[in-house]
Amino acid sequence: MAEDMTGQSVQGSTPELPKGGIIALVGILGSWALNELRTMGSMFIFLMRSLVLIFRPPFKIRLLIRQIMFFGNRSLLIVILTGLFAGMVLALQGYYTLMKFGSEALLGPAVALSLIRELGPVLSALMVTGRAGSALTAEIGIMRISEQIDALLAMALSPIKYLVVPNILAALIAFPLLSAIFDVVGIYGGWLIAVKLLGLSSGTYFSQMEQFVDMADVIMGLEKSLCFGLLVSWVCCYKGYYAGFGAKGVSKATTAAVVLSSVLVLVFDYLIGSFWL
Amino acid sequence: MIEIYNLKKSFNGQPVLKGVNLKIRDGELLAIVGQSGAGKSVLIKMLIGIHQPDDGKILIQGEDIIEICKDDVCSLRERFGVVFQGGALFDSMTVFENVAFPLQERTKLEEGVIRDKVTNALEEVGLRGVEDKYPAELSGGMKKRVALARALITEPSIVLFDEPTTGLDPIILRSIHNLIKEAHVRYGFTGVIISHEIPEIFEVADRVAMLYDGRIVEAGTPEEIVGSDNPVVRQFISGSLEGPIEVIR
Repeated sequence: MAEDMTGQSVQGSTPELPKGGIIALVGILGSWALNELRTMGSMFIFLMRSLVLIFRPPFKIRLLIRQIMFFGNRSLLIVILTGLFAGMVLALQGYYTLMKFGSEALLGPAVALSLIRELGPVLSALMVTGRAGSALTAEIGIMRISEQIDALLAMALSPIKYLVVPNILAALIAFPLLSAIFDVVGIYGGWLIAVKLLGLSSGTYFSQMEQFVDMADVIMGLEKSLCFGLLVSWVCCYKGYYAGFGAKGVSKATTAAVVLSSVLVLVFDYLIGSFWL
Repeated sequence: MIEIYNLKKSFNGQPVLKGVNLKIRDGELLAIVGQSGAGKSVLIKMLIGIHQPDDGKILIQGEDIIEICKDDVCSLRERFGVVFQGGALFDSMTVFENVAFPLQERTKLEEGVIRDKVTNALEEVGLRGVEDKYPAELSGGMKKRVALARALITEPSIVLFDEPTTGLDPIILRSIHNLIKEAHVRYGFTGVIISHEIPEIFEVADRVAMLYDGRIVEAGTPEEIVGSDNPVVRQFISGSLEGPIEVIR
């Protein structure tokens, strides 16, 4: 475990290229697979250690509030903006499709269900990843290369308790809230297009929504947000915690964190969706 | 007493420490000198158990830190104060918060007591009126002083200094050395200083050990080191380009 503290054991070395066609290829693939497996194991241990420390006092309430502000403050504007335009596009395209079946009255529920079940959690998670997640990785990465993490260890304090646990908890609180804001703004964005541009009555837009949107849909969206919050904070903290040396190491870690978080959000979106349907 | 036995460490197959043996007596100030990249900082991180060696043993007052500090939280580290190379001050905290941090987290002292201790600690290192500044607003010398105040605030029995004067001008360098000496007399800690500052370090340290090619090649009082017949030590302290130490030209 102590090896993990310094990031040494998880820095995969680039495999040497053995000479000779197929053997060389198998060697490279095997080395790559082993390296990936080692990283996955290290990530899993990192998550388990973080989850255990969530329940171990002292609880860092001040740090938690600061990190909720960090996620919320950094991402609120971009979440509102993307939510608004996502709702507007949904209404525009949805109206065009529903009109073919003479079901324009169902535009409200179509927009609401798409946002609450799918687009709200996914798009808000992707926005937060790009905005706050990348900053989080860079911040922890800089702490790694400037020995601030070593300083915490030297003080007999757990860096995971100070740097990772508050971020995981903050993400678990902030992601569902941001997703809810995204949904509400998106629904009103859809309303703008449906009512003000396409001439649908406001009553039709909202009353149909009330009829078709169940609590189960809201819970599904909430569960997705919670899952994405855990994924994004875990990946971003891990990549920063084990950032390589120098500015290049931090920049590589930040890119890797954003890419991996975004891919995992989409993969888990499908997995959760298929589990619920 | 800190006892280091046959300590070995490699990174990516490249051996850095090839069998370090060293004893550091209680209350002494020992300087470890050696070329850049010789593994001095690695050795310091092993002393506090945040790097695990490939082989060997480190005993802190008879306790094996490698065995005890396998996890990230380790109470044995409470005996240490560490001044890192770049200070390692927390960017997001003010000077006051940085120095107060170990006390707030590790003790149950009241806020007023902590405030007094921090003010005293900062005055001892010659800093006044900087409590509300952030590390980014400080000069290199001031950062080192804050780091020193933070390392000493818990009155540790062992203090490790990783190149505490690197990058400082000769006057600030001497003032930091004086601060270390004064603190050593005041608190009586066992100190280990990693340094390149030859000959200035000879005025500070009780003993000097030279790390070369992954091993301690000489250890003794500053006078013994200056008068050493070992060609490696002679070349290093004279800064000569000719001798057994390979120089990239």
